[in-house]
Amino acid sequence: MRPSLARPSRVRRSPFSRSQRSTIVTGIMLIVWLLVILQLWLFMATMEAYLGGNDNVIVPGLIASVVCLLLNFGLFHYLRNLDR
Amino acid sequence: MSTENFENASAAPNGQPAEEQPVWRQEYPIDWSESEYVTRREFTRLLLVTSFAFVVGQAWIVLSSVGKKATAAQPPRVEIAKIDQVPVGGSLLFYYPNENSPCLLVHLPSDQYVAFSQKCTHLSCPVLPEVDQGRFHCPCHEGEFDIQTGVPLSGPPRRRLPQVKLEIANGHIYAVGIEEGVA
Repeated sequence: MRPSLARPSRVRRSPFSRSQRSTIVTGIMLIVWLLVILQLWLFMATMEAYLGGNDNVIVPGLIASVVCLLLNFGLFHYLRNLDR
Repeated sequence: MSTENFENASAAPNGQPAEEQPVWRQEYPIDWSESEYVTRREFTRLLLVTSFAFVVGQAWIVLSSVGKKATAAQPPRVEIAKIDQVPVGGSLLFYYPNENSPCLLVHLPSDQYVAFSQKCTHLSCPVLPEVDQGRFHCPCHEGEFDIQTGVPLSGPPRRRLPQVKLEIANGHIYAVGIEEGVA
């Protein structure tokens, strides 16, 4: 028996309407964008310091970048949960 | 049908509300407004990958620094020249610590010897000694360095020239190490 395409195999339940979720995704996208720009600046500053022989800032630079990644991951995880 | 209203956009063939539709239908919506939601979410995913790439880059810098320290052997002691080989105000090109690293030995008017890497810290052009003016001059972008300390004086360079440590013994000048340039 051929399964019907119209039959929902997996259904999303969200407390927000589609328009509300669209606003949320735009806000999260902007925050993630800002964090990525911050990481770009961190990377350039760290590389500049490293090439200049200053090794003191490279580990703090890595930690700050990891914190930004974790924030981004948390925000994206929240976004994924909106669709479930 | 108006496309400005998200909830009353184009109806699916099965007549069920948007939230009741299968995932595949929600991932490929008909209306541009719903498609905008999906594309922004996917763009955010791309930003997340970019964020991860920056962390990998930062980790690479840390690993590179650790590797550099681990493999840094005792710098070799290399004879550069005899003392009377370089007159006051003169300079001599030599290579240290390997043949890909040009350096300049300068005999200052104060009868001191200094040596620096010849690579400009801006874009690695060779710097030229101008002893009478007390500077190294980079002709590529008009950078200038102090001839006694290697500190940048003007132009685009922001880091000083790496200095070669010298040792004078038995009438000979030896290079015994390099001090990296810090601004």
